[in-house]
Amino acid sequence: MNFYGYRRKNGTVGVRNYLAVISTVICANEVAEAIANSVEGSVPILHPQGCCQMPVDLKRVTATLAGLGKNPNVGAVLLVSLGCEGVNVDELADKIMQADKPVEKIVIQEIGGMSKAVAKGAELGNLMLAELKKQEKVPASIADLVIGIKCGSSDTLSGLLTNPIAGMAADKIIDLGGRVVFGEVTEMIGAENHIVNRIEDQAVKDKVLNAIINIENRAKSIGEDMREGQPTPGNIKGGLTTIEEKSLGAIVKSGSKTIDDFIEYGEQVGMGKLTVVDSPGREPELLTGLAAAGVQVIIFTTGRGAPQGYPICPVIKVTANPRTYCKLNEFIDVGFTIGDHIDDIESVFDADSDKLLSYLEEVCNGKQTKAEVNKYNKFINIYSIGPVI
Amino acid sequence: MNKAIVMNEKDNVATALCDISEGSRPMIVGFKSGQGIVVKSNIPFGHKFALCRIAENTPIIKYGEVIGVSTAFIDAGEYVHVHNVESLRGRGDQ
Repeated sequence: MNFYGYRRKNGTVGVRNYLAVISTVICANEVAEAIANSVEGSVPILHPQGCCQMPVDLKRVTATLAGLGKNPNVGAVLLVSLGCEGVNVDELADKIMQADKPVEKIVIQEIGGMSKAVAKGAELGNLMLAELKKQEKVPASIADLVIGIKCGSSDTLSGLLTNPIAGMAADKIIDLGGRVVFGEVTEMIGAENHIVNRIEDQAVKDKVLNAIINIENRAKSIGEDMREGQPTPGNIKGGLTTIEEKSLGAIVKSGSKTIDDFIEYGEQVGMGKLTVVDSPGREPELLTGLAAAGVQVIIFTTGRGAPQGYPICPVIKVTANPRTYCKLNEFIDVGFTIGDHIDDIESVFDADSDKLLSYLEEVCNGKQTKAEVNKYNKFINIYSIGPVI
Repeated sequence: MNKAIVMNEKDNVATALCDISEGSRPMIVGFKSGQGIVVKSNIPFGHKFALCRIAENTPIIKYGEVIGVSTAFIDAGEYVHVHNVESLRGRGDQ
């Protein structure tokens, strides 16, 4: 599988070429959005974090925003800071510059307010974008790709059909030399047997199992049954009864290969072929974790019809639920028509996973996903572990 | 044709691949394909029914793994969902 992409100075290859206008704190979102609206070809990264958080979370927000800035799909970064927030904008700029890409910053309280910040941001942004537009696409291969896999708004068919197809695609991506990342540690609760059998390295095994224990303990510490939270009311309407059932259906989206690395939320992938990123299941946090890890494209399986994409990564929505494919076609990129062929499931999985990989190749070559066309990709979050204080 | 799928030979529940009406006898695919079960209530597409009699407080098995425990006796062919199964995990209430 080959494509034409944007090779960055650090060797990574983007399938998109964005100027990311990154707000460092919730209080700078309006300005970052206004700047992005004035610079055609830029994307705003807006989020509700960055101040009045515990140091561990401020560190995590900084690492995560740096990861988003370093993502191969981002060619240049404009940071928008209020000036008094917990995130240190200069430290953030330094981290992103380690990926050897242009970074500029606007500090609202220093420059003298919103209008001046937006005017200066638009000026800087347009200059950076003009440079970006000069970059030509070059040949690249699947070895340059890191693909994220996520499931969301699941029904029981997700576990029976859609996720196994995505899992087979993940296996093929790894066989062809690419790397795969997945997270959603909440949806590993109850699937520990499956996971342990797929990890050879004891340190990786310990980290994954600890992450599962931690996320379950955090949920239990509230003193409630987590059902309705996970599985969600929509999952339950779709036929999922418990978190264990959801997890066992979810884990198969990661395929059958050895899980050879584990990274913290906000960290970037290493050379592991199949990496787990510590993260919860909810989309705004999970998709951010994948994008910060450095994935260029996300394959997102859905049962009931999850709508969202992500600002800097194409998100390919796939479903094997024929009703969802018809009814919510404006959200879904690839539908699998397995229903009539259920007796010959393996060969259909094979054909459908090939169909997904062909679509992935098109998306890497510039085809717009439904979420990109719909611009259903603005609201993101960063997974925090402590309280807002 | 009404169809339901069984994911593992150890499973004691099947998942409906279409809406299955009370009293019908769906074709079972996957594992246990020879098994004939008359469903005892309407089973919505994607939902589960019991493949055998399941006593109260018995593990519910799908994918060959425990997905929860029965909170009441469940007859063969009966609807299996949140009304008669509870989770064993994430239970801060217990």
